Amino acid sequence: MADKKWMPRWFYQLASPRWCYDITGKLLPLFAWAAALLLLGGTAWALAFAPADYQQGNSFRIIYIHVPSAILAQSCYMLMAIAGAVGLIWKMKVADMVAKCCAPIGASIAVLALATGAIWGKPTWGAWWVWDARLTSMLILLFLYFGVMALNSAIENQTTAAQSTAVLSLVGLVNIPIIKYSVEWWNTLHQPATFTLTERPAMPFEMWMPLLIMVLGFYCFFAVTVMLRLRNEIVTRERRSGWVKDLIQTQFR
Amino acid sequence: MAVEPLRVDNLFCERDERVLFEGLGFSVSAGDVVRIEGQNGSGKTTLLRMLTGLSNHYEGDIYWGEQLLAECAEEYRQNLLYFGHQAGVKALLTPLENLHWYASMQPHIHVEKLEWALEQVGLRGFEDVPCHTLSAGQNRRVSLARLYLSTAPVWILDEPFTAIDKQGVATLELLIADHAAKGGMVILTTHHELAMAGTLRKVNLDQLACRGRAV
Amino acid sequence: MTNSGAGEMFFWGVLKRDLLLSFRRKSDLVNPLIFFLMVASLFPLGVSPEPTFLAEVAPGVIWVAALLATLLSLDGLFRSDFEDGTLEQTLLSPQPLFLVVLAKVFAHWMMTGLALTLLSPLLAVMLFLPVEGMWGLMASLLLGTPTLSLIGAIGAALTVGLRKGGVLISLLVLPLYIPVLIFGTGAAQAAITGLPIAGFLALLGAILVLGLVLAPFAIAAALRISASS
Repeated sequence: MADKKWMPRWFYQLASPRWCYDITGKLLPLFAWAAALLLLGGTAWALAFAPADYQQGNSFRIIYIHVPSAILAQSCYMLMAIAGAVGLIWKMKVADMVAKCCAPIGASIAVLALATGAIWGKPTWGAWWVWDARLTSMLILLFLYFGVMALNSAIENQTTAAQSTAVLSLVGLVNIPIIKYSVEWWNTLHQPATFTLTERPAMPFEMWMPLLIMVLGFYCFFAVTVMLRLRNEIVTRERRSGWVKDLIQTQFR
Repeated sequence: MAVEPLRVDNLFCERDERVLFEGLGFSVSAGDVVRIEGQNGSGKTTLLRMLTGLSNHYEGDIYWGEQLLAECAEEYRQNLLYFGHQAGVKALLTPLENLHWYASMQPHIHVEKLEWALEQVGLRGFEDVPCHTLSAGQNRRVSLARLYLSTAPVWILDEPFTAIDKQGVATLELLIADHAAKGGMVILTTHHELAMAGTLRKVNLDQLACRGRAV
Repeated sequence: MTNSGAGEMFFWGVLKRDLLLSFRRKSDLVNPLIFFLMVASLFPLGVSPEPTFLAEVAPGVIWVAALLATLLSLDGLFRSDFEDGTLEQTLLSPQPLFLVVLAKVFAHWMMTGLALTLLSPLLAVMLFLPVEGMWGLMASLLLGTPTLSLIGAIGAALTVGLRKGGVLISLLVLPLYIPVLIFGTGAAQAAITGLPIAGFLALLGAILVLGLVLAPFAIAAALRISASS
């Protein structure tokens, strides 16, 4: 590779599946503990101590799941597209694997965001599903995830599958802002001024602090799931290389 | 027609968990005719597609002159003629239309020569018939007419003799030998016994599946 | 090296060939149009033939039908070239690939998008679209359908190496069509109610320009990837 001169060293270490496997092994417990603490603490604060909403009472508390999952579902798509681009440009296999791991995780988080949104909609709007701009955007994001997953599973050759899905997720990434804008515009046209809880002005500290903790907790949890999947993928793909054989020998004897 | 040599270095390719070749190395210079040999499924077509730059699913390096193939792809394509597994002939177009389309993509081809090229491959009188009414061999001849038109020095030919009659094969062999003599290079696969056995170099993929160096 | 004149010649060469192929195989040309007509006529049958209702949904129905008709025609865009080996020859040509891709997409649009736009007044009359909405509908289709061809070509290029690409293309491409659908129907609806439509057309135009700039590269990359396996 001609680019070797100017890329930092860690970038090339990252390209080595073995190095990645080792480093994620060390990081995994760290993130797992952080996720557990943040999620438990955040949930306790959110459910027990945060004040009830003056309009919606206690039903608003579902935003402590809904909002972090909605944010995460979008970040996950971004990570998937960027990892895909890195894999495409520098032919880095680990990046391909990260991108592949992201799709199902992101899709399930998007489903979580949609489900909590629907549950929250019942007491708020009196219906399980409302064509609200945020929910609709999330639904389309889920469709984008489905597309990426369908394409990845349809192509047998691993390299081709990784490259194709990378192109698709990049195209999706360019489109996401356009989709969001168009859906928001469409929403104001058809449904004038329903209130959205997450955009209200001046949420008090006792309300947004647990939200922030939950968002951080979700990110840590996401890191854990990505690393678990990644390690699994690395071992599966490298199963014929020496170090994986040694690993299996020492760990599962 | 001086042309940079093509050099394959330590090429490794696996497909569906099966190693097709490993440690493959050879080089092709101006004037060479190299025949890639091997059983069905030994990776001949795969190797040829790598040499054209169509496929990059390999480890190791392919150089054209001093540069990696991937780094000079555009320039390389100007010097390349590839005759693929599929002939690259549109069934709904006539032979002449097919060649016109090809000529529009290859700026160095003279449009006036198209009919002459079709005559050379024995398709005189078939210029204006849709290709789907022609026989399999005639369809391949439409594609082979490109050999008469092209000024590209590097020819990569995947089974050029399939479905071609005896006389056609002989003419084609002469054409290939002539191209090499003029300083071009030819890499091909074929199941035919070639008359030019003397000047032919061979790369055998069967021996390479279990490692080794060729030529 | 090629000069711009050769590039231009080449663009027209590819365009001419694709148009010629479509005219030789007329079903490719006619089938999406018939499909367009059929889908639109399902709505009165399936929902209600009442003129006021139909007039209200007409822009949406026509746009959705146009979207589906475009999808139907996409699978063949690169597939026949892939199967007979002409795609390989294209990829190996020294000409810039994005020019080929642009020419092919342009030909595809002339055969589907443009034809759908020209056919749309017929559907508009069948669905009782008010006369004031007609120009808005046609203008939005004229500006929106090229984007559909461009985005769709990305999907077609990604799936060209697969034996069954048809359904998969829809999954990949439909979510990406949503902005065009929204602004397209928005324009038609605005025209019906007498609101200015220039803003919608500007948005559709902006999306088209973005598509013209970026999509050919995505399509070209996707074709190289698909052909490499």
